[in-house]
Amino acid sequence: MSEPLIRVEGIAKKFTGRDGTSTTVFENLYFGIEPGEFVCLIGHSGCGKTTILNVLSGLEQASSGYVFVGGREVSGPSLDRAVIFQSHALMPWLTVMGNISFAVSSRWPEWSDAKVREHAQKYIDLVNLTGSEKKRPAELSGGMKQRVGIARALSIQPKMLLMDEPFSALDALTRGVLQEEVLRICAETRQTVFMITHDVDEAILLADKIILMTNGPQAKIAEVVVNTMPRSRTRHDLHKHPHYYRIRNHLIDFLVDRSKLFAAVSAEFDPRHPPLVSPGLDPAEATVLDPSRPQGGGVTPLAAVR
Amino acid sequence: MTSLRNWRAPALSMVVFLLMIGIWHALTLPKAAPPAADSEYAALVGAAAASGQKSAFPSPADVGAKIWQHLQEPFYDRGPNDKGIGIQLAFSIARVLTGYLLAALVAIPVGFLIGMSPTVYRALDPYIQVLKPISPLAWMPLALFTLKDSSISAIFVIFICSLWPMLINTAFGVASVRKEWLNVARTLEVGPLRTAFRVILPAAAPTIMTGMRISIGIAWLVIVAAEMLVGGTGIGYFVWNEWNNLSITNILTAILAIGLVGMLLDLLLARLTRLVTFPE
Repeated sequence: MSEPLIRVEGIAKKFTGRDGTSTTVFENLYFGIEPGEFVCLIGHSGCGKTTILNVLSGLEQASSGYVFVGGREVSGPSLDRAVIFQSHALMPWLTVMGNISFAVSSRWPEWSDAKVREHAQKYIDLVNLTGSEKKRPAELSGGMKQRVGIARALSIQPKMLLMDEPFSALDALTRGVLQEEVLRICAETRQTVFMITHDVDEAILLADKIILMTNGPQAKIAEVVVNTMPRSRTRHDLHKHPHYYRIRNHLIDFLVDRSKLFAAVSAEFDPRHPPLVSPGLDPAEATVLDPSRPQGGGVTPLAAVR
Repeated sequence: MTSLRNWRAPALSMVVFLLMIGIWHALTLPKAAPPAADSEYAALVGAAAASGQKSAFPSPADVGAKIWQHLQEPFYDRGPNDKGIGIQLAFSIARVLTGYLLAALVAIPVGFLIGMSPTVYRALDPYIQVLKPISPLAWMPLALFTLKDSSISAIFVIFICSLWPMLINTAFGVASVRKEWLNVARTLEVGPLRTAFRVILPAAAPTIMTGMRISIGIAWLVIVAAEMLVGGTGIGYFVWNEWNNLSITNILTAILAIGLVGMLLDLLLARLTRLVTFPE
């Protein structure tokens, strides 16, 4: 088993209230992300999803536990991990080109202006924004803004892309189009992605693995669902695949019922190795795959699953 | 239809203007001749004095003629007490701009520091709160005593009164830069200087410019009073000098000029503010 690109070891986040009582948002999280893998995290509001992403990006510090990227501990934000923010976070005083060039010239300060622009243009073309280079964010639609956000994140060629509910502020049609674009771009660039979502269909469409969080406080990883559908899926034929509804039902069951009840039945639960399940397979073979991997945060490489 | 509507406001303005001039004119009309002007008395005091009292307050026509006279020769210089209104305004504007720019040089960097660091903010806040409400003219004797130069003292007074709005607005603008933009800079590993100039400065620029606009307005208000005190040159001195000459027409001309220059300064800053403002 190869060393995962990202290894999360027992991170927890505690907040101390004004009256001195401490609240644990989540604790004992262990998981890993392999290079080239697309991992989604699903959970209800309040289980600390955004905090987990911020800890991975280095913007926030966990109260305890460690995050390793490529074997080195994360101590702060880094150009290795690009973040796509929910609110797109574009700088409104810069044009599309300006926003992306700002990122490119931060990544490669020694580059000439012409080279920076040429590189930025490549990513503007990649997200289909050719022709809008000189527009300012206020002149763009929500979907186009998020495209700029995606281009900005990809333009620095990060090892890892962190997405915080990137499409939740978009209307359903735009969201669908952008999901397919992300799918295409990730297939083209073999980008490693960690994405937070609360949209089950989005997770099934995009993710190789879906991490399910229980409800907070004291949220945990309940299980890791392996998406057994072929990676060449599209929005149009997704629901025709026999695995689709089994995975979808499993996820919805979890979100509706089990995410609440989980705390009660967690006596024999080993947080270091959350069960890896593949509900998409035929019920006969859909067993817990291998909950007791010796190391690596209980992650089975995808290749072994497929 | 729309073109008609566009003309409504200017037309109304014109009506108000004519109305005001009309009232002014009516109030300053020469009073009717006194009924019993004794011919001997008239011979004694002169025909003009006897045949009706001209108002001491100048009529619009008088002021108009004076303005016309000033416009024909705004920059003449016939000794220390007789300079054109253009020269006097130029002196005032030069003082205001010097004090104002010096204040900007201090207020913007210090405001940046205060805005970036909550500790510095809390440490300096009491001083700002105490110094801010002091009338700039209260500093005048202190400035005259220490600087020993009336012109520099006037500049100092302008400096001190323009300082606070710029300082407070800069600090506020810098402190309220959206967290997500700073987070973008952090994830891009942008250094502190580059973050300050490429992220915080453009983000806070509209707020800073608003502070600068308030400051220039206050500075222009204060310069007139300051120059009345320090004397020598400037539009404030001009007003005071003409008061001593009892030339109400000149005072009215100067008042109009002060208003127009103040408006132009504000317009200029408004233009600059629009340049750095970004739509969200």
